[in-house]
Amino acid sequence: MEAMGWGRYPKATADLSEPADAQSLQKFVASQKKSASCISRGAGRSYGDSALAGQLLGSRFLDSFLALDEQQHTLRCGAGVKLGDILKVCLPRGLFLPVLPGTKEVSVGGAIAADVHGKNHHRDGSFCQHVTQISLVLASGEVVSCSATLNPELFRASCGGMGLTGAIVEATLKLAPVPISYIDQRSLVANNLQECFAHIEDNADSKYSVAWLDCLAAGDSLGRSVLYLGEHSVAKNRKSDRKYQDRSSIGVPFSTPSFLLNKNSMSLFNMTYFSLQKNKSRASRLDYDSYFFPLDRLSNWNRLYGSKGFLQYQFVLPSEGALEGITTVLEKISKQGKGSFLTVLKKFGEANENLLSFPKSGYTLTLDFKNEASLFPLLDELDQIVLDHDGRLYLAKDARMSEAVFKASYPNWEAFMAIKAKVDPQNRFASLQSNRLGLTT
Amino acid sequence: MKVLIIGATSAIAKAAARIYAQQNCSLHLIARNHEQLVTLSSDLLVRGAKTASNSVLDLNKFAEHGKLLRAAIEELGGVDIALICHGSLPDQEKVEISFKQAQKEINTNGLSAISLLTELAPTFIEQRGGTLAVITSVAGDRGRQPNFVYGAAKSLVSTYLEGLRGKLLAHNVHVVDIRPGLVDSPMTAQFPKGPLWASPEQVAQKIVKSIQRGSHTVYAPGYWRAIMFGVRIIPDFIFKQLKF
Repeated sequence: MEAMGWGRYPKATADLSEPADAQSLQKFVASQKKSASCISRGAGRSYGDSALAGQLLGSRFLDSFLALDEQQHTLRCGAGVKLGDILKVCLPRGLFLPVLPGTKEVSVGGAIAADVHGKNHHRDGSFCQHVTQISLVLASGEVVSCSATLNPELFRASCGGMGLTGAIVEATLKLAPVPISYIDQRSLVANNLQECFAHIEDNADSKYSVAWLDCLAAGDSLGRSVLYLGEHSVAKNRKSDRKYQDRSSIGVPFSTPSFLLNKNSMSLFNMTYFSLQKNKSRASRLDYDSYFFPLDRLSNWNRLYGSKGFLQYQFVLPSEGALEGITTVLEKISKQGKGSFLTVLKKFGEANENLLSFPKSGYTLTLDFKNEASLFPLLDELDQIVLDHDGRLYLAKDARMSEAVFKASYPNWEAFMAIKAKVDPQNRFASLQSNRLGLTT
Repeated sequence: MKVLIIGATSAIAKAAARIYAQQNCSLHLIARNHEQLVTLSSDLLVRGAKTASNSVLDLNKFAEHGKLLRAAIEELGGVDIALICHGSLPDQEKVEISFKQAQKEINTNGLSAISLLTELAPTFIEQRGGTLAVITSVAGDRGRQPNFVYGAAKSLVSTYLEGLRGKLLAHNVHVVDIRPGLVDSPMTAQFPKGPLWASPEQVAQKIVKSIQRGSHTVYAPGYWRAIMFGVRIIPDFIFKQLKF
């Protein structure tokens, strides 16, 4: 079959095996030929080539809940359970996931392998900081349990380890109690990037914080943006306080011609969005679904970028040089006549101990670009800016970073390789990405 | 509501069980694999099932059906819905040349369901109510070259259900024949998937809805009714030449 990530670039021919349970997955891995390599694939929501290989190991049927402890707020479940399924079951019981990425369609295994983050990273850290235990099928076929105290080295390599240490089959998550499922949102308009940074710093104690940026605004209004701040609502609503929002979504049935996405259409979209938001009421109450997952309303929105797909470019820069670095990046993009539909800026808190996790203290900017030949040299230039500012790129979104850029920006890669050599000396878990980055051969 | 699911670890059954769990039903699950049953039971309890007991049974051991079903119903404390879901997809080329293989597949996909129904019917007749629902297949609608052994076994069940439905009418027991089309599940892992393929969840939703509504013969998803109507009216002299 033809396989691809959420960005629909690159595409690869792959065999997909979807074992019915953890035991069959274990058998599959153990019976694999010595020379063959495979990589786990959860819901297929990583953007680039991190879940692409000749042989894919799907976790779709590992979708069982195993135990929910409502007193201890812990949930044990299979790696194929999607975050949306967890909300469906846990929300009516007043429990919530402590970290949510921009879509509820990701699997637990994928969220751990990419150590995903949410709008509250500055306060609560990334997804794996709320994972207390994982079960991993190693290359030998052996199943090991790891946690911060049990096989801690393997745990820190596997959390954020892009599936390269083994196949995650089970996990125990710590949930957070919430009073009701609504979010009180405030929005602050910033007329340029500096103002936006100031707003973010002034509201650093806000639970959720993320800014949308008009990436095509130039000159004095470069970086004009709307900062969205959110808090869990405490005031009771009359009804459906903890209701799971089982929303229908509209699908994009086919790839739209990519020429529809050009500088003019993007500029129009960004301008309209900014002027609409600017005049909107500054405080509102939203249900959690509209707050956390606005893009899930349009399933397959990735098709809007045309059949050639798109690339997401997400980097983090330490706070000191972030304003200057992000300004340089935005200027460079606008000078090249490129643009991004959705540009998102957010402040990260401290990094965790996981060897390949992306978040570290500073600011992270996310851009998306439709795939075209002229894009790649630009992204190489952006890589250089990121490196100059001691930043790095997010592996779950990367589809083209060079080995040199990766190794220069992820200082723990050697420690990771040492653990990988112990648990998987023959590189039986390898993706197109890990081959490109020199983590496997 | 009390729901008994046979072949409970199949993808469609699992999805249907989850819907019933969410409706806080009591469930009893029967399947061959103990580990998978235990996992499914805990899954259903987390999702809201009132109870989720299980028992292990190789459905090809017909002699054990009666005893096991009685114990299961007792554990469940009665039964409102019995859903029979088990099946296997044989390799047509192998079963065509080996009667032993063909017999095994017809036992699994055909006769075992009839054995179960025979054992279940008296309980339902006695309580004067409830629903017997069985998953058959669109493959039973016509004997197509690539899977007519499987199709024959499924049509055996469909025909049986049609008669049983009439017989049980007087006893207020309802019989549903569910015919799924192409379903993307572990059973069909080796096939390339196209636009006609449905997810086990879609099929399960249709099953639960049709049991609730008291439908008779259900195609899941619904467009298979139109497709199979088209297939059924193809005259034999043309049909015999078709290889699909």
